[in-house]
Amino acid sequence: MQNEELKAKITELLSAATFEEGGEWLNINVEPADWLPLAQQLRNDTSLYFDYLFCLTCIDWKTHLTMVYHLSSTKHRHNIVIKSKLDRNKPEIQTVSQVWKTAEFHEREVYEMFGVNFLNHPDLRLLILPDGWEGKNPLRKDFEDPINMIKL
Amino acid sequence: MLEEVGTTTEGDLVINVGPQHPATHGVLHLVITLNGETIKKVEPHLGFIHRSIEKMCESLTYRQFIYVTSRMDYLSSHINNHACALCVEKGLQVEIPPRAQVIRVLMDELTRIASHELWWGAMAMDLGAFTPFFHAFREREGINDIMEETCGARLTMNYMVPGGVMQDLHPNFQKKVKEFLQLYKRKIHEYDELVTGNIIFQNRMKGIGYLSPEDAVSYGCSGPTARGSGVSSDIRKLYPYEIYDKLEFDEVLENGGDSFARYMIRIREMQQSVRIIEQLIDNIPEGDFQAKTKAVLKLPKGEFYTRVETARGELGVYIVSEGGTTPYRIKFRSPGFSNLSVLDHIARGSKLGDLVAMMGTLDLVIPDIDR
Repeated sequence: MQNEELKAKITELLSAATFEEGGEWLNINVEPADWLPLAQQLRNDTSLYFDYLFCLTCIDWKTHLTMVYHLSSTKHRHNIVIKSKLDRNKPEIQTVSQVWKTAEFHEREVYEMFGVNFLNHPDLRLLILPDGWEGKNPLRKDFEDPINMIKL
Repeated sequence: MLEEVGTTTEGDLVINVGPQHPATHGVLHLVITLNGETIKKVEPHLGFIHRSIEKMCESLTYRQFIYVTSRMDYLSSHINNHACALCVEKGLQVEIPPRAQVIRVLMDELTRIASHELWWGAMAMDLGAFTPFFHAFREREGINDIMEETCGARLTMNYMVPGGVMQDLHPNFQKKVKEFLQLYKRKIHEYDELVTGNIIFQNRMKGIGYLSPEDAVSYGCSGPTARGSGVSSDIRKLYPYEIYDKLEFDEVLENGGDSFARYMIRIREMQQSVRIIEQLIDNIPEGDFQAKTKAVLKLPKGEFYTRVETARGELGVYIVSEGGTTPYRIKFRSPGFSNLSVLDHIARGSKLGDLVAMMGTLDLVIPDIDR
């Protein structure tokens, strides 16, 4: 599907979604509460069929956090980017690990690096960082570690 | 983490594989729950070689950060550099000269052969066959020598820069590559004679670690791991970059979904890489090897994403720019990270002895997973 068709289709599914164009792919902004139901529709709708979550990450904008999901369809070969703004002091969003299995690992990475709490995640623990790092989120912009961090 | 070892309340045995274990090829720690010899659960613990490359890149300029990325997937370092260079070029909107494009593709494919060689030798060694390792390294050495002459390094090349490549090809490059191809084509059948056709090897690989196409996509698998399950996922074909759309090569697919299918993909992929190199080696256009770019690179405000096919699968580079000389945020979607997440799924219900065969065919490179 082309961006225009995708836009029309997604507006049909979620009227509150806003769009950004100009980049390589269509960007869709959604509220955290709307994300899980939309994710299930994106995955299961036969004309959309976004079955491949190829990138899941987070960006710290100092005032808020933004979750970024890159989705692709192996059947239709179209791509979209979903973005969701989170409160920086209490970042919470529903997990999509039931929809795309790969999200389980990626969400654990985002949890430890940014401190985003994924609700209903089956196994939300530290993955890369060693024990005792809970609460310190290295990829946030205000993270400081005077001993181990090399600044150039 | 050691206190996890012992017996669970259900009477299952919990054991550690790694962090120091020859079959993990790096520092990967797996906590395995066993019922007798049958695997009930595999839980990877990562981070033993985590350097937080993403954070490091935030304080490096667009010319500097590429050097760090060679240290992610060190067996595909050219392709990592390539992905980053492409992403920066996308932001700068620079057209790179045809000569640089051809050199890049040649280097990528040589790297792919070298990486698959090492995988083949190391995997056979994991399964108890020592000889293939030497056969694989004999050929890989030829590629390393070619790289050394042109790039000055044998493993972490840092040869691709925004705008093209760092320096021109060594005068011996074409001659050396042709010699290598000649030797390689004479030797490649030895791989099948030594390993592929071996009945003991086949019995250890066939039907082991089955991954269905739906699960391969859902777990975000890419590269040979996904193609072994029949999922078309070659970025070179689906979203062509550089000159891949003008080249003749096949996307290798197998439908078995087991370890043997993933093994065959890589063996056949090496031959496709040879095909690509043969098409290009006599047709390297004359001209500049680097486009003219400013000394200090500044990407416009925005987001840039590139996808390339490394030897292990899809590498994504996601740069968020605020208009400065350094990226605001950079994310590397590494193929190994997603491919590892499927290990627990495919290992459940198999015997402990088969785990090594499964890990071997996922072709895990730990620095690529930890980043």
